This record gives sequence, structure tokens and C-alpha cells, in this order.
Amino acid sequence: MAGTKVRGRLSGPALPRTTLSWQLATVTAVRTETATVRTIELNAAEWAGHRAGQHLDVRLTAEDGYRAERSYSIASAPGEPPAITVQRLDDGEVSPYLTEELRAGDELELRGPIGGYFVWDAAGAASPLLLAAGGSGIVPLRSILRHREQAGATVPVRLLYSVRSLPDVIYRDEIDGYDADGVSVTYALTRQQPAGWTGHRGRVDGALLADIAWPKSSPGDDEPVAYVCGPTAFVESIAEHLTKLGYPPRRVKTERFGGAGGP
Amino acid sequence: MDTLDGNAIGGLLHEVFGTEMTAAVGTCANCGATFPVAEFSVFLRAPGTVARCRNCLAVLMVIVSARGMNCVDLRGLAELAGA
Repeated sequence: MAGTKVRGRLSGPALPRTTLSWQLATVTAVRTETATVRTIELNAAEWAGHRAGQHLDVRLTAEDGYRAERSYSIASAPGEPPAITVQRLDDGEVSPYLTEELRAGDELELRGPIGGYFVWDAAGAASPLLLAAGGSGIVPLRSILRHREQAGATVPVRLLYSVRSLPDVIYRDEIDGYDADGVSVTYALTRQQPAGWTGHRGRVDGALLADIAWPKSSPGDDEPVAYVCGPTAFVESIAEHLTKLGYPPRRVKTERFGGAGGP
Repeated sequence: MDTLDGNAIGGLLHEVFGTEMTAAVGTCANCGATFPVAEFSVFLRAPGTVARCRNCLAVLMVIVSARGMNCVDLRGLAELAGA
């Protein structure tokens, strides 16, 4: 970058400047999560460590110099090497390569960690957590759950995971393993339910959310906080329901993935 | 293509401002609403990257990257304050 022109007024305290540089990372493992989803574990020598909920940018360069960049949520917990979980989009430019071609030992260009809003730190955490995921929106929430577990945090968690069918659930064994330990897990299956399924069918509605969400309490440290991640329409719908349930906007953190890959 | 949000341009904004910006708070010059940058409505496939106010849809930021330079227009923001 040769330079940056900025028009407008900036205010507030002086912000710490930190560089965010592209670095080369090596793929250490590719794990199959579902038919279309892979977790790519990475070794990046210059990785400075990340917070739960952050993401990183991946840059691919074709032989003719054409470049494509994408953002992916970090799937691993703080303290672990970076990993991303990628869903193959049939009309995707980058995800078919990442999910089908990439092998251990291959190299990728990445920069990160990125983001300071959709993050959760176990240290000092007191508020009950409501985590709501649509499809691959589970990825940053899995980092939060893993972080909570590894840090020995005890804040209670309710996880609502909306997904097309049970085989589309990412990290299912790990998530079900958390279920007893202060984490209550609810799946909403939007398209296909197994025989005898007694859980929720169809899209998440206000009634289901009212059932699962922590009741709004008086403001304070133990006021619940919600993290909502998934396709844009899913996030907008959940955020709207939470507002109706009395969650103030500042207690609802959202991250939108766009239109594709949703439940 | 659906709207994304300011989380999606965290890397670009870090490149432009030299620091983490998704938790910074912007004030819309049109309607006066304030939101964290992460809550801006973001369109990546406009000519350049466009961020709009979630309340009134006014354009808050336009970033065009060309010839190795980022041109940044923040006229739609009355204020942009670090978190």
C-alpha cells in the first residue's frame, strides 16, 4: 500500500497502532467435519495469538497473479494454533480450493487476528452467555465454548444451533460433550429431522427463542450477553427477537456471513 | 448478495487506520445514530467497499483500493471514536 487518504474527522483517545501483515502459514492438518465442511489447522510462525470470536483473512494468488481474499472465523481457542473451518460453496471461488484441494504441508497467505467487537474473554466473565449460530456461524462460537472450557470458566451458557439437518452439525461430538458442563445445547433442524426427533423443527421463531434465551435481568455484571453469528437473514431475525425480549442492543453482538451457507 | 457487516472489513480497516476498528463507534452524519463499526451494513461488491448506517441507510464510509492505494471517504460519519 503506497498510502492512505482519509477525509473526515477522527476523535477519541489515541489508538494503539499495530501492523497487520500478510504472513505465510503452513497447513498442519485438514479435518473432515461434515460432507461439505473442513477444519484447516495452521502453523503460522508470526501468529501473535488471538481472542475467541476473532477472524482472519486468507489470500490466494493464482499463477496469473489474480488474487482473492476471504475472511474466516477462527475455530480454535486462544492459546491454540490458528484453525479455520470452511464450508464449501458450490459457486464459491475460494472455498472449493480450501475444502477439496488443500493438503497438510501446503502453504496459505493469511493476516490476523482481526476484530475487537465480536470477542469474548473468559477472564473476569460473569454474564450468562446466549450463543446463537446459524449453519457455519457456529465457528466463532465454538472458539468461545472451547476457550470457556480450557480457561475453567463457569459462566452458564445456552447454545442455540440452527442447522439444516443433524449430519450438517459441525463439531457435534465436541458440542454434545459440553452439554452437561454448564452448557445447555438446543438444535433447531430447519429442513430434515431424523425419525423420532423431538426437538425443534423449522426456523428459529420467537417462541423458541423466548424459551431458550436467558430472561432479561436488571443491568449489571450478570446481565446476559448474546453472540449471534450466521447468515444475514438469520442474524437479523434473532437480533429482532432478542430486542423484543428486552435485550438492549449493546448486549447483542452480531456477525453476519451474508447469504450463502445458511441453514 | 446479502448485506454483510463491519466485522467483514476488519482487516481492510486495520490496514487503513493502523489499528483494530470494529469496536470503534461511528455517528451517522445524516440521522445521528451511533453504532459500533461492526454493526455497519457493509456491501463488498459495490464499486469499492461501502458501509451504510443500519438505521437510515446513509453512506458512512467508502473505501476504494486502486493502484496500491486506499482512498477513504468518511464524509457520512459525523464522528468516529476509538473504543
